[in-house]
Amino acid sequence: MAKKMHDTPNLDQLETGPWPSFVTGLKALARDKDYVVDLLGQLETSYRTKKGYWKGGTVGVFGYGGGVIPRFTELKDEKGQPVYKDCAEFHTLRIMPPPGMHYDTKVLRDMCDIWEKHGSGLIAFHGQSGDIMFQGATTENVQKAFDEINELGFDMGGAGPAVRTSMSCVGAARCEQSCYDEAKAHRAVLNTFLDDIHRPSLPYKFKFKFSGCPNDCMNSIQRSDMAVIGTWRDNIRTDEALAKKWFAKHTMDQLVNDIVARCPTKTFQLKQIKNVKSSPTISSVAINDTHAIEIDNRDCVRCMHCINVMTGALAPGKDKGATILMGGKRTLKIGDLMGTVIVPFMKLDTDEDMEKLVALGQRTIDFFAENALEHERTGEMIERIGLASFLEAMEIDVDVNMVSTPRTNPYVRTDGWDEEVAKINAQKDAIQNNKQQVA
Amino acid sequence: MNAPVQMRRPKETGVPDNKKYLHPLLLKNYGNWKYHDRPRPGVLHHVSHNGDEVWSVRAGTQRQMDVHTIRRLCDIADKFAEGHVRFTIRSNIEFMVSSAKKVDPLIAELEKGGFPVGGTGNSISMIAHTQGWLHCDIPGTDASGAVKALMDELIVEFRREEMPNRVHLSTSCCEINCGGQADIAIVIQHTKPPVINHDLVANICERPTVVARCPVAAIRPAMVNGKPSLEIDESKCMCCGACYPPCPPMQINDPEYSKLAIWVGGKNANARGKPTFMKMVASGLPNNPPRWPEVSEAVKNILHVYKEDARPWERMADWIERIGWPRFFEKTGLPFTKYLIDDWRGSRATLNASTHIRF
Repeated sequence: MAKKMHDTPNLDQLETGPWPSFVTGLKALARDKDYVVDLLGQLETSYRTKKGYWKGGTVGVFGYGGGVIPRFTELKDEKGQPVYKDCAEFHTLRIMPPPGMHYDTKVLRDMCDIWEKHGSGLIAFHGQSGDIMFQGATTENVQKAFDEINELGFDMGGAGPAVRTSMSCVGAARCEQSCYDEAKAHRAVLNTFLDDIHRPSLPYKFKFKFSGCPNDCMNSIQRSDMAVIGTWRDNIRTDEALAKKWFAKHTMDQLVNDIVARCPTKTFQLKQIKNVKSSPTISSVAINDTHAIEIDNRDCVRCMHCINVMTGALAPGKDKGATILMGGKRTLKIGDLMGTVIVPFMKLDTDEDMEKLVALGQRTIDFFAENALEHERTGEMIERIGLASFLEAMEIDVDVNMVSTPRTNPYVRTDGWDEEVAKINAQKDAIQNNKQQVA
Repeated sequence: MNAPVQMRRPKETGVPDNKKYLHPLLLKNYGNWKYHDRPRPGVLHHVSHNGDEVWSVRAGTQRQMDVHTIRRLCDIADKFAEGHVRFTIRSNIEFMVSSAKKVDPLIAELEKGGFPVGGTGNSISMIAHTQGWLHCDIPGTDASGAVKALMDELIVEFRREEMPNRVHLSTSCCEINCGGQADIAIVIQHTKPPVINHDLVANICERPTVVARCPVAAIRPAMVNGKPSLEIDESKCMCCGACYPPCPPMQINDPEYSKLAIWVGGKNANARGKPTFMKMVASGLPNNPPRWPEVSEAVKNILHVYKEDARPWERMADWIERIGWPRFFEKTGLPFTKYLIDDWRGSRATLNASTHIRF
């Protein structure tokens, strides 16, 4: 039994209503822990005064420089003593989840036991960074808790100017749209940068995220410095049985208004079967005895809409891989930046392919570490130096897929034009020669 | 003399392999799924190329979970789902079951335990959110409470799939926006420059770092009352709060003047149009715990108009693109003020450089 609860008239109002209540959960923990009784006391104070009362500090575990989010109370009485002394220290451990956030109940129960013993008993699945957030431990208990979590097979995540914990979608484990092995890529990349995760020494944070298809369920384009988004190069696959099954449950109006009209490049057409064209770049499938869908894949931008609506009837192609985008981040400091294309397509089938992905990440982080200003994200750095300079330093060839449009102003010095054209032509010739030799 | 304490060195094992945690059917059919459908809201039915089927039942959680809640979820997983679960990016939990017959009893058990089943397809899913007063060192508001209050009201739409397209919501307790881009986002918007505690700056803050952090170069070093401190050009300051994390004496949070803003139309999927950033459409809402009723009303109003007016498969951004911003403001009744005209870098691209006007 813990000590008597503080009055929490504000928080009590969050116990009503049908959605699961974190307050009810905290109160259940407070029955056994003075620690959580006082946490509720401080939180209630915040609800009353509309102020936060935590400050950071320096708390860590032996051997690592980051991953613990230290919190000390600032809610003090006139003598400078904590008002809620039992929760004067309330640190969080950021722990990296398995790709796709899969667990068995054994490991979840083990985590609960560890955190009940050493911490508050409050765990967030998951924080916005993707970490399992073990919320609330004293300075003394942080190391004990980490040691046991670490023995369970889990490792510390990133915090501060470090490579951060990553996230990947459910992917190949349970999704037909998966275009590469997200979990394998996630581990191959992240586990290369453990030193940069655990010992923060970069100009600022660096985030990787892995989404298996352009639906980008991990929101990687808007919030990661390097986004790996699955895609494919060949034709959309079709399945006539499933196409007919879909159409049997829907109407022609729905097919036209919800799919044909919503194709961003209007390459998705509805045709009478007798008029359907055939070519190596066309996918087509009958939806009934008279009509068929025709998609010219050369004009398809792999947006996923038609595949999302008619899952199974339409599917990503077989020549799969990923597009790599860099520079996504939210507002501070220069404003929101979306990730932009750096590698239009790379295969991720073999171990060698994965090594190339890891090498790209390594080169990017090396360049970032050398060239970014303090507290500058990758996107801001690229914005400052220009994409062309970044590509040149990274030894990545320019590609028209990297832009929405070519330049709209003449403010550029072009006296190297002829050399650039010669270089591009030489590369084309080399590729041509290679092909002929192979043939 | 004390004997030196032998510290345990960490096992630098990194991201764990997920193979050992996968449901047996997911492991068996890894990379071999053919399609899925949704027999009812809250349930995904995946079929593999070899004919295997798996049903995933999705339920909402409070994200910040006590160990008792997690153990109850584990009990349910042991009883119905062969002891395996996974979490979605929006903190929903998924139970994979190998037989259609297990679905209804599992749903009944979850609902009985207070875990609403839903969040799939064209529903309003759980709100992605931040830490707030519970754990953050710079929060302007709480997250869990505002989310709980709003989800209490949106739970009906969580359980159904009756929205035009999926709706993602987020909340953020400062302008860093850890909650992220969303169809509708609730984000703190400070309205007054920080109040500086000049007694503390010299001891706590690395002044050049703070100066460099300001996006509008409004902060400069100064001597105040004989102590090294900082001063703010209040005519330049746009109250973003970027100076506060590196220098807590730059107190930006204010019980009265830290307001809540509403943003709409963020989309990360490439489906249909390219991904979009969200846009600010309202501000000045009071920070009103414990249930933030004004915020809930504003969000519900936008959701209601969207649900009534959008066509099937139009995300918030797609819908607004079709009807145009004037009609968005007209239909939602939100005032379009001068503060919603962007004046940051690149802002000219947000102006209407055409005669495209809907009358």
